[in-house]
Amino acid sequence: MSLLELKHVTKQFGGLTAVGDVSLSLQKDHIFGLIGPNGAGKTTLFNLITGVYKVTEGEILFEGKPIHNREPYQVAGAGITRTFQNIRLFKTLTTYENILTACQYTSDYSFFDAILRNRRFKEGEKLLKAETEELMELLGLSERRDMVAGNLPYGLQRRLEIARALALKPKLLLLDEPAAGMNEEETLKLMELIRYVREKFSLSVLVIEHHMDLIMNLCDHIMVLNFGKTLAEGDAAAIQSDPRVIEAYLGEEVELGA
Amino acid sequence: MDYINGMIALIGINLLAVLGLSLLTGFTGLFSFGHAGFMAIGAYLTVWFSMKLGVNFYAALLLAALITGGVSLVIGRITLNLKGDYFIIATMGFAEAIRLILDNFQAFGGARGWPGITTHTNVVNVWLINLIGVVILVNIIWSRHGRNFKAIREEELASQIIGINVFRYKMISLMISAMYAAVSGGLFAHYMSFIQPKMFQIIKSTELTIMVIFGGMGSVSGSIIGAIILTALPQVLLSLDAWRYVIYGAAVIFIMIARPQGMMGGFELTPAQIKGKLAALKEKRTKKGVA
Repeated sequence: MSLLELKHVTKQFGGLTAVGDVSLSLQKDHIFGLIGPNGAGKTTLFNLITGVYKVTEGEILFEGKPIHNREPYQVAGAGITRTFQNIRLFKTLTTYENILTACQYTSDYSFFDAILRNRRFKEGEKLLKAETEELMELLGLSERRDMVAGNLPYGLQRRLEIARALALKPKLLLLDEPAAGMNEEETLKLMELIRYVREKFSLSVLVIEHHMDLIMNLCDHIMVLNFGKTLAEGDAAAIQSDPRVIEAYLGEEVELGA
Repeated sequence: MDYINGMIALIGINLLAVLGLSLLTGFTGLFSFGHAGFMAIGAYLTVWFSMKLGVNFYAALLLAALITGGVSLVIGRITLNLKGDYFIIATMGFAEAIRLILDNFQAFGGARGWPGITTHTNVVNVWLINLIGVVILVNIIWSRHGRNFKAIREEELASQIIGINVFRYKMISLMISAMYAAVSGGLFAHYMSFIQPKMFQIIKSTELTIMVIFGGMGSVSGSIIGAIILTALPQVLLSLDAWRYVIYGAAVIFIMIARPQGMMGGFELTPAQIKGKLAALKEKRTKKGVA
């Protein structure tokens, strides 16, 4: 059964069609790669899925239920969360506080419980803190526990953003260019992390990336977007040999000497 | 002695409004230049309940706070979708509207004001209410709800993505801050024994916001220090006449240049920390003694 399904999704900004009639189906436990030249509409697609933008036409189904009319926080509640192309951490809070904030779903004590500092509050906070510690440990952030997020090295900021997303216990994780600005070694580490996270948290991943090694090695299924439309779809081998994809990336093949 | 007492009470009255505003501005990142409007509503409602309807003073304060909270939710519903600067202008407009309505509302005395209010406010009840106010505020801030406010201040889109209902939390923040302002207004009315719409002009709103920024955004202890210093300063310098306002302005400018993050700047002075500092100091001293 498909976890996420987009049916003929179109998004227009004024007269500009950013995403035109895109359909996709993401299987549970898959890592789904989304590639395409700059401006192809990949991030717009992420914004549509997470409810940041509203679709102009079409439907988005998550676990069979429509989510395209929901607010972003409701989509998050349904089990979809994401990272951002330009990292968006809570910059002046520490690593620990960033994750602790995102853990909020684990406990449901109210404002009054907090004001009264009653048992519900104390037990809730204990739970949140334990979960935060565990998550920091798993993602190797414990050493930078009290460092302000804005001061973390770039690679760790990316890692923290993933940790923060995982705090929601999502079923689907959207990664928007997680390897942007990373060197080869860091990219390899990130690939390992994504694989590890998928196993450990048994989630599905939708990833946008320009590093082709990462996409080709990691993804079970790949979709190529160009000018807001689906250009090709398939596994890594099929995509690599697809003449339309090669054309979009490298230009048309011209017979020499003809 | 009376003079000192009066100043301490006045500091407490300002402090309560500043505490509420600290949640909205310092922790949720929403600036308001209209909290004098909520103070005005709180003041007039408290006086109306206690003087006209004969309600007990504390019950009147509570009722006024609840109603003002309700009003703030209506205002929030309309204005909280506005971004940054536009929200500030909307709050300014709201406070001016409240003032003009009160100016023309003869049942509450209109522009001439409402004289002869029984004085119920004194140093003791002001500071007891402040104590309760601080405890409630601190308990909210050091909880998952408080962390959600801070997350919204830091990065609104990311807050949505981790499942925070940003609009709802902004509404709650505005409501709590309006309720604090309302109680502050009620205490003020029953301290001055005379109120007039002119007392709740935009200058009062900016004064409150300046205290929050002066003390340090995102710090409760900063807000307390800001309220104490900036309320006391013009009173202490009374002998300097109009020059005291120049000094007031200069002090604010100096802090903004020397410490743009405010006096406390996000740091918190907790009882535990003070104890720790004292212990460290003691240790240092004994070490020196040994040497």
